[in-house]
Amino acid sequence: MGRFLLKRFGLALITLFLLSVIAFSSAQLLPGNVGRNVLGGFATPQAVAIYNRQLGLDRPVYVQYGSWISHFARGDLGESLEYKVSVGSLLGPALVNSLKLAALAFLICVPLSILGGVTAALRQNRFTDRAITITSLSLTSIPEFVTAIVLIVIFGVALKWLPVTAQAPPGSGFFVQIKYLLLPAFALTLVLFGYIARMARAGTIEALDADYTRTAYLKGVGKTTVIRKHVLRNSLLPTIAVIATQTGYLIGGLVVIEKIFNYPGIGQRIYIAAQNKDFTMLESGVLVIGVVYLVATLIADILYSVLNPRVRLGGEAE
Amino acid sequence: MTESPATSAAALEIRDLDVVYEVRGIDRQVLRDVSFSIDRGESYGLVGESGCGKSTTALAIVQYLPSNGRVRGGTISIDGRDVVSLSSRELRRMRADAVGMVYQNPGAALNPSIRIGKQVTEVFTTSGVRDSEALAAARDVLVRVQIADPDSVLDRYPHQLSGGMQQRVLIAMALAKSPSLLILDEPTTGLDATVEAEVLDLIDQLQEEFETAVLFISHNLGVISKMCQRVGVLYAGQLVEEGPVEAVLHDPRHPYTVGLLRCIPRGGVRKDHGRLDTIPGFLPSVGDQPPGCIFADRCALAQELCRTEEPLLTTITHGHASRCHFHERAHELPREEAAELELPTVDRGVPPLVRFDDLGKVFRQRGQPVHALSGVTASIWPGETLGLVGESGSGKTTLARSLLGIVVPTTGTVTLEDDELAPGLAQRSRQEVRALQIVFQNPDSALNRRHTVSRILRRSLKKLAGLTGKAAEQRLRELMHSVRLAERYVSSRPAQLSGGLKQRVAIARAFAGEPLLVVCDEPTSALDVSVQAAILNLLVELQAERRVAYLFISHDLGVVRYLSDRIAVMYLGKLMELGSAEVVFGGPHHPYTEALLSAVPTIDGGGRARIKLMGEIPSAADPPSGCPFQTRCHRKVGEICDREEPPLLEVEDGHQLRCHIPIEELRRLQERDAVGV
Amino acid sequence: MNAAAAAESSLQPPSEASVARHETLLALARSKTFVVGILIVGFWIFWVIAGSSLTPHDPLAQSPSVLARPFGHYWFGTDTLGRDVFSRVLAGARGVMTVAPLAMLLGVTGGTVLGLITGYYRGVVDEGISRVIDAFLALPLIVIAVTVITAVGQSTVTLVIVIGVVFMPLVARTVRAAVLAERDLDYVQAAKLRGEHAPYIMFVEILPNIMGPIIVEATVRLGYAIFAVAGLTFLGFGVQPPSPDWALQISENYSLLAGGSYWWTVLFPALAVASLIVGVNLIADGLRQVLDT
Repeated sequence: MGRFLLKRFGLALITLFLLSVIAFSSAQLLPGNVGRNVLGGFATPQAVAIYNRQLGLDRPVYVQYGSWISHFARGDLGESLEYKVSVGSLLGPALVNSLKLAALAFLICVPLSILGGVTAALRQNRFTDRAITITSLSLTSIPEFVTAIVLIVIFGVALKWLPVTAQAPPGSGFFVQIKYLLLPAFALTLVLFGYIARMARAGTIEALDADYTRTAYLKGVGKTTVIRKHVLRNSLLPTIAVIATQTGYLIGGLVVIEKIFNYPGIGQRIYIAAQNKDFTMLESGVLVIGVVYLVATLIADILYSVLNPRVRLGGEAE
Repeated sequence: MTESPATSAAALEIRDLDVVYEVRGIDRQVLRDVSFSIDRGESYGLVGESGCGKSTTALAIVQYLPSNGRVRGGTISIDGRDVVSLSSRELRRMRADAVGMVYQNPGAALNPSIRIGKQVTEVFTTSGVRDSEALAAARDVLVRVQIADPDSVLDRYPHQLSGGMQQRVLIAMALAKSPSLLILDEPTTGLDATVEAEVLDLIDQLQEEFETAVLFISHNLGVISKMCQRVGVLYAGQLVEEGPVEAVLHDPRHPYTVGLLRCIPRGGVRKDHGRLDTIPGFLPSVGDQPPGCIFADRCALAQELCRTEEPLLTTITHGHASRCHFHERAHELPREEAAELELPTVDRGVPPLVRFDDLGKVFRQRGQPVHALSGVTASIWPGETLGLVGESGSGKTTLARSLLGIVVPTTGTVTLEDDELAPGLAQRSRQEVRALQIVFQNPDSALNRRHTVSRILRRSLKKLAGLTGKAAEQRLRELMHSVRLAERYVSSRPAQLSGGLKQRVAIARAFAGEPLLVVCDEPTSALDVSVQAAILNLLVELQAERRVAYLFISHDLGVVRYLSDRIAVMYLGKLMELGSAEVVFGGPHHPYTEALLSAVPTIDGGGRARIKLMGEIPSAADPPSGCPFQTRCHRKVGEICDREEPPLLEVEDGHQLRCHIPIEELRRLQERDAVGV
Repeated sequence: MNAAAAAESSLQPPSEASVARHETLLALARSKTFVVGILIVGFWIFWVIAGSSLTPHDPLAQSPSVLARPFGHYWFGTDTLGRDVFSRVLAGARGVMTVAPLAMLLGVTGGTVLGLITGYYRGVVDEGISRVIDAFLALPLIVIAVTVITAVGQSTVTLVIVIGVVFMPLVARTVRAAVLAERDLDYVQAAKLRGEHAPYIMFVEILPNIMGPIIVEATVRLGYAIFAVAGLTFLGFGVQPPSPDWALQISENYSLLAGGSYWWTVLFPALAVASLIVGVNLIADGLRQVLDT
């Protein structure tokens, strides 16, 4: 297992490097120049040139990249072009907020979707299966901003059960914060539900058809025991791998959700940075998101290797 | 609830069983009117080709048919209790206490995420036994299946055990509760010959100890003849013949059984003399129900009566029954193929076509070097068939691949017609590429599913023979004709063809460029017995017409002996013996060859004592010192075998052997042991 | 000898032979999911083609009848500028349905080539490209799109390219998995033994066998493309006003929901966008059921 993890970690580092290149270059695609864009059309060429030089934008690209990356590694994410404060000081608390929201979404979504998928598999091709499959299909198809708005209308406005913003007043207790986060978390959940439920369903069906399940039944083991002890642990293994990859999607959804609910998370930061053409903020924000994703997949890999005896122990038979 | 074994009810009794599968709304009958019974202590073989319904019978007995299958009529009783009408609780009890089942593919039958210990103890804990007792019982039962270190095995996961070991565990679980009935469905298919022999011996022994009734399902008549007292032959869902094994196999009374037996190489018949016969036609589709006898379409003895009236199972002598109107004349079934064929002899005066010189290949697996091939030196003459025999890890596949250039050898060379071949396929000339071709084991994966037969063959004609347009068109027709493939298949896709037809296309493809040597890698292992004979005959004819050489790889020793001029025996990457087919099979031969031959169950049985080899096949990553076979050799001389590896020496004319024991001594020992049987 | 051949020729081979393509089409026609999906998507395609010529009112025409309630003279009511919501909903598919399919095609073509190369070659090539793919996967589509559009400026072409390029790694993943399952089959080996070159094997031998998964993936990608375009439009980075695009309608009007009033300006476009994506996903599901066997 150690070897497996070491390899995954190494690969993650390489991916991280490539990620940083992508993040950096997508912001550098500007055909014009940053100075002109920031200062506007009426600024004098000299002003633009001075501005550019100040930001080091006249250096060759790879030097800029090198400097950026080395600063980033040290925790210095640069200075926001718009707000003139360190990017880190803005992104830090934003990231924390987003993680709270994402964590809640995960906590709600994952158990529900696994339950849904497994139930559908156990009642394969019967009514429950079709109902769950169609529901999850429909939910996956509705863009999160639509679900968010519908949820707001129903629960926030019509029924007035939940608040329509996500940010609890400062100093609120734990449960109050959760109350505020419920609606956006749900909006995120609903889209993810379909994908995870489908994976869980497929994995369970495959396990149900397997030879080892037959062996268990023919030993005289009862149905619930077979499912509990034999089927589930094999069906959920691929699902775990999939869940990690959904973090990427989840974070993307944050941009839209946080806008609708006016929630000061990293998604909103990026949105605002884009609107303000605040490239330093944008680059660093994107890279931070990438790092979060890589960490999530690494955790999933660890979980997978612990749970899969083939990987944990290695040693195929002679 | 356990019944005393002295009860008069048979362990298994099946009467008039009808099983159907529902496909797209229509009921298709898979089993029709099947009746047989097995007493405790008796073993009954159920034999038939693919689609005959033998696995369905097993599933019906344990009530584990797929969701679209059901028992439409008849009864299944175990120890006198009707199985179909059991409640789910009673069914569970029955499965736990009265029936044990062992399947093919032991690796898949064990849960990969649960330790062996837990899986074995589960057999006991479902009946309410306490954990601590269950563990002790589990250990006991593993000892009974001759697992040397049960505690270590209990602690492991399935993927850490070898195939033979896995199957033993499954047998242990099946027999743990001393069931009345043990069902085995192809339990040794896929296992090496020596491992298979040990597993079969184990089953034999355990059956005696436990006095279980055994239902043994297999397509392999040799195994059935060794393991069973009675046998039933299934054809298209019906039992066409049933009786004591000797009676059915040596005095068959149904044309299908007669035909089947003629398809199998027996008692040393060879490709030119005592040829394999074939059964014409195709197996009927599932659920087809013609008015008369179900075999009439393929039966050369069929009369008007056969097509209008369905024959009933008539008793011939005590216990021997046949479903044929003309069973007394069954043995008069005319042959489809001539029994004799004039074949050109191999001219050993000319230089050899292919030479292997000190060929070696080392793979790296997890940092360890694995010696897949070591020092292989051999030749193949034009027009000859060299049979290549060996178990897993023997290196036979690696050798074939090195010849073809798919695998690049680490040492040594391959020479074709005096020119050294480039080791990698990509560096070889077109001439060299067309001269060496292959027929694969699995016709399903050997042909591109999305290409038509015409496209497949034309492409080969273009790339290998350089033919296009009209010339290609003509060659295409010739090729199809030469493999007996009807022209109307030219625009079919592989999915529309049966296994035998697909393999013919694959053979045609290999011959498109007029090759000098064709590697046949288990070309018939994936085919039914009756189809196998047709393909083997085809290969022989093609060889006679075109003087092509074959490197014939197979685990089926009967087929190898039938087809090969010379045979090479490999073990752990080294050549152990090389000589003519008669001498390698007849003796005197290498101790490994001796053991291998004794391990293979044949219909004619007898003749040689079973030689039990000790231990398992060693890992190629960690080969034994001295002679590679010394860890299991029953004729091990002494210390010299540990220390020194015997060289491959020519001990007689054209016969090479790698053994410290001189050939005369081997001859003496082996003759002595044969007489003693 | 000839008796056997004659006998074989005269009897039918046992497999249920029918021309593969016909059977697939029949199976699709029998699949309820597929048919419903086609109907829904077909409905919207019709309106994309028909455009505003067939709508009851001009989708861009303003009127004094501002925020009229639905189910009256204006079936779906009007918005803040008095524009007929019904007509706008019917005409709103155009923006999405121009960008999304193009992006999907770009992504699927590029992704297939990538997937074939990584799946066939394995080794260093595979590892290298896979790392780049992983890096792309780590960044959510919306985030990258927002970044690039900010840098380059908004245009349809940019939208298509960004979404298409981001899709390539995702498609490549699926294609790679399918290729891996095929490349070890014997017919690939047989092709090598004929001296075929790698491009031939990838495109002529392997590709036809993985078309099933590719088609399913393409349809799923289309759904995601619509999803992404809608999201980006909502944020202001996609289709621009005054287009009657649905996401634009939602983003322009959702602030009106605060009091629970004027719900029709948002609900109907929302249902429209949901229906289109559901339709595409139903098609994908139907295809998956039929082609994945």
